[in-house]
Amino acid sequence: MDYIKKTKRIVDKYNNDKEAVLDILQDVQEEFGYVPKESVAYIASACSVNLSRLFGILTFYSQFYLSPRGKNILKVCCGTACHVKGAERNLAKAEEVLNIKDGQTSADRMYTLEKIACMGACGLAPVVTINKDVYGHVTPERIDKIIKNKGYRE
Amino acid sequence: MNKEKIKVFIGMATCGRAAGAQAVLDAAKYEIAQKQLAIEIIETGCIGMCSKEVLLDVVLPGKSRVTYGNVTPQDVPVIFSEHIEKGLPVKKLIVGQLPVDSKINYEQIACYGSLPFMAKQKRQIIKRCGEINPEKIDDYLAFAGYKALSKVLKMSPEAIIKEIEDSQLRGRGGGGFLTGLKWSICASAQSEIKYMICNADEGDPGAFMDRSLLESDPHSVIEGIIIGCFAIGAAEGYIYIRSEYPLAVERLKIAIKQAEERGFLGKNILGSGFNCNLKIKKGSGAFVCGEETALMASIEGRRGMPRPRPPFPAEVGLWGKPTNINNVETFANVPLIILEGGKTYAQTGTLKSKGTKIFALTGKVNNTGMIEVPMGITIREIVFDIGQGIADNKKFKAVQIGGPSGGCLGHTNLDTPIDYDSLTQAGAIMGSGGCVVMDEDTCMVDIARYFMDFIQNESCGKCVPCRIGSKRMLEILTRICQGDGREKDLVLLEELANNVKALSLCGLGKTSANPILSTLRYFKDEYIAHIKEKRCPAKACKKLIQYRVVALNCKTCSLCVKVCSSNAIEGGAKGVAAFILDGKCVSCGACFEKCPHNAIVVTDANDFLRDKETQL
Ligand SMILES: Cc1cc2nc3c(=O)[nH]c(=O)nc-3n(C[C@H](O)[C@H](O)[C@H](O)COP(=O)(O)O)c2cc1C
Ligand code: FES
Repeated sequence: MDYIKKTKRIVDKYNNDKEAVLDILQDVQEEFGYVPKESVAYIASACSVNLSRLFGILTFYSQFYLSPRGKNILKVCCGTACHVKGAERNLAKAEEVLNIKDGQTSADRMYTLEKIACMGACGLAPVVTINKDVYGHVTPERIDKIIKNKGYRE
Repeated sequence: MNKEKIKVFIGMATCGRAAGAQAVLDAAKYEIAQKQLAIEIIETGCIGMCSKEVLLDVVLPGKSRVTYGNVTPQDVPVIFSEHIEKGLPVKKLIVGQLPVDSKINYEQIACYGSLPFMAKQKRQIIKRCGEINPEKIDDYLAFAGYKALSKVLKMSPEAIIKEIEDSQLRGRGGGGFLTGLKWSICASAQSEIKYMICNADEGDPGAFMDRSLLESDPHSVIEGIIIGCFAIGAAEGYIYIRSEYPLAVERLKIAIKQAEERGFLGKNILGSGFNCNLKIKKGSGAFVCGEETALMASIEGRRGMPRPRPPFPAEVGLWGKPTNINNVETFANVPLIILEGGKTYAQTGTLKSKGTKIFALTGKVNNTGMIEVPMGITIREIVFDIGQGIADNKKFKAVQIGGPSGGCLGHTNLDTPIDYDSLTQAGAIMGSGGCVVMDEDTCMVDIARYFMDFIQNESCGKCVPCRIGSKRMLEILTRICQGDGREKDLVLLEELANNVKALSLCGLGKTSANPILSTLRYFKDEYIAHIKEKRCPAKACKKLIQYRVVALNCKTCSLCVKVCSSNAIEGGAKGVAAFILDGKCVSCGACFEKCPHNAIVVTDANDFLRDKETQL
């Protein structure tokens, strides 16, 4: 199985170290874009930690996902600086254009929409990111263009 | 002939990239390739002028550095052909010049020091930001980099700590604990193994100083950490950084590797026999992990939940060993203190707050950006001198300092000096340095609700007052914003806030009520307007406002009809004035902003109803 093989490679890198489970889970998240059930089970037995502890960690930190996410991740910043400059309207527009709500993934798995609290470019608020691209001074009209024009569909 | 190359600097930190720095960089590279010019491009970090991004600087050999602002890819060919080829700076894009050896080369261009944004700053910690290439250790070395480290390796740990104590440096991560005292407690702990942690979690939404520092000048932070390790006797350090900052992580990795290669990190540092290793740990998206005990739990691979103190980390810390934890900016102060001496450092500032503080100035001011100011400067100077006042000719209402643990200060506090104790007294806190300016369009009840929403989401759930208290406070604030507030709500809110403050386990809960208490203190009238009159004075709470068209002003251009995503506007074309359907309108305000003829106005929802009744 692909999941297991790749997960094993990651776990091996950390020498099955129980104390490195957070790093292992982060790497698994990075590898697959989410943390598959199969990987969790494998890590539990390979590092001898309880499944319950792993799920405890996975559900505590907001950056772990237990189901697959979209190919493109659209993050709308709603941090204080962005909030003051009307970020909620950007979020509403993104929800409308993509027809999904905050935290959801579109049916074709092209987009995942996420509301985040500050990504550190507050001087250019309101801010939106798609994958690794950062956009400043975003208006609802521009969000529409960003989503549609940027060739994020390939 | 001067053999020095022409240099072009482009700010490539996260904020620069957000403004489109990559396209400007590509345009510059294209220009160089096309014209086969011998020009060196230097990708720098952030100089702090966010509102002027993308920034591009040109240095002709032996001449001042000229900074261009708001540069687009289309401007690049002009700058190249005029300035670089003919030596004539392009006036309309110029921000200022930075003279070399105080020689002013260009007559009519303002010098950096005289720009309003710069004049009241004291840039001693961020002085290299935007000047050097953060990915090249030699750039840092050229600016006295790692000199402080070589100096301390010949000193005794006690002498180093004495120097820090003399500087009276207080932690920049929020609490403001004396750094020298913290180090001396940890240094005197008896243990073979000790740890040093750098807190780069920076969870406060609206703050980005630590990110900027790490992206623009990572070596200064690393040097501070190594000095700290030497002083307390730790051979291992961790930098805990939030994963929302990929570029900062990348640059830290590069910097650590370079420091190892040059012998500033690793075994037998600079031949002193002192060993020290640094590791990066990435967070996984939990605000509470910025709290020191939660942070250590997270490094240990557990859920990031705080625990009661004492025992303090200096006694029982990471993996049970004595641990010292400081903020990024605190560490960045250390090399400077060592180089100029603690006593000299302490000459800047107020009686109990020494040195400078870096702020992220954001929100509705004209000049947003990262600024470094001497302690004791007033809020007025920050907002109106450095920030150049409120954008769009609006009126100043408040400034939020300290993030979710801080508070909103209004007009009456404009002359409050920035120092730990004055800010606490005023109901805010120094915090990590977020400084969000708000104008008349910002509703203070909504801001309190916004922060409580944040806290309620981020509460780890371990202690009841914070978990349940934040939820209840959020419910009350939400109903006030929706016009369902009750007369007794304010009393209830204040009582809850004080209880949560007194009973919570960690700083998250203890300070969570500050946004409410400070807005209640300075902006109570807004709460009362929401509750008694069902009216939002700032016209921001959607349930309490109504948009409508002033038919006389409508030019039937139909822009509003096109921009409305709820199909709530009829008419607006062919000479028929637009008309907003109340049933469909969701009060998003898009038409209001789009209308070029001021034909759309926003009114209180209850006025609207009253008007309608009288019309009938
Ligand atoms: C909820 C909460 C969040 C915090 N977040 C941060 C943070 O993001 N960065 C930081 O440096 N300190 C943060 N702190 C403060 C740390 O617990 C700690 O006091 C600080 O890192 C000590 O460093 P200093 O003495 O250099 O300020 C936070 C505290 C609390 C209670
Ligand atoms: S608040 Fe949006 S980037 Fe900081």
